[in-house]
Amino acid sequence: MRAVLRTFGELSITLGLVMLMFCAYLLWGTSAYTERHQELLQRQFAQDAATVPGDGKLDSIELGRALALIRIPRLGAEYKYAIVEGIDSEHLRQGPGHYPGTALPGEIGNFVLSGHRTTYSAPFNRIGELQRGDEVIIDAREARYTYRVTSSKIVYPTQVDVIEPVPERPGKRPKEALLTLSTCHPEYSARQRLIVYGVLDGTQERRT
Amino acid sequence: MYGLIWRMLPGGTAVKLCGTLILIGVTAALLWYVVFPWAEPRIPLDRVTVGS
Repeated sequence: MRAVLRTFGELSITLGLVMLMFCAYLLWGTSAYTERHQELLQRQFAQDAATVPGDGKLDSIELGRALALIRIPRLGAEYKYAIVEGIDSEHLRQGPGHYPGTALPGEIGNFVLSGHRTTYSAPFNRIGELQRGDEVIIDAREARYTYRVTSSKIVYPTQVDVIEPVPERPGKRPKEALLTLSTCHPEYSARQRLIVYGVLDGTQERRT
Repeated sequence: MYGLIWRMLPGGTAVKLCGTLILIGVTAALLWYVVFPWAEPRIPLDRVTVGS
């Protein structure tokens, strides 16, 4: 009896330690992964931007490739991530992901990005702090697009119309270039989603 | 459980201590590099997309 109890106690302590270690992994181990891939993606993007012929504009982009860079001055001058094409877990582990099929940067329609909030460097951890009028800068190959935040809201994951060309108006023809950012809400939960909307405010062509 | 492992480790106290440290290291590395990366996508902690 005593031996059984002792083994049970030892196993419980071990399990507790493993769970603590798992939390540490989520917070730091996953970030190391993202940082490694961000370095590669940003280098890849710089090369692509330098070598793409013509005006640099693309009709589509390969899954898993760097699409553009995102900067949000409100979240710090160093805030910069390479946006990866795709929203499967393998893509989102590397950085904020662009929904394939939604508008490209600067295009009329809805440019939709998702990013992790608490793990994998948590690129969208603080997008809840964005206020109306804040800049979200998208550096694409051909131009720098400056979007301005218009509103934010919390929705359930089933509300898929936030990624429509005109958010929440399925079937409506878009007239503006819009931006939608999504991440999980509340932090460390899969219950809801935090959505931030923006609209294109300026385009600066890249002349080289 | 830990008593049994300690008794099964060969050598004197110093050698046993070394063996213990190696075992802890191997277990931790296995968890960190194999088990945790496998388990993480299966735990819905940080789902960020809508729809699926």
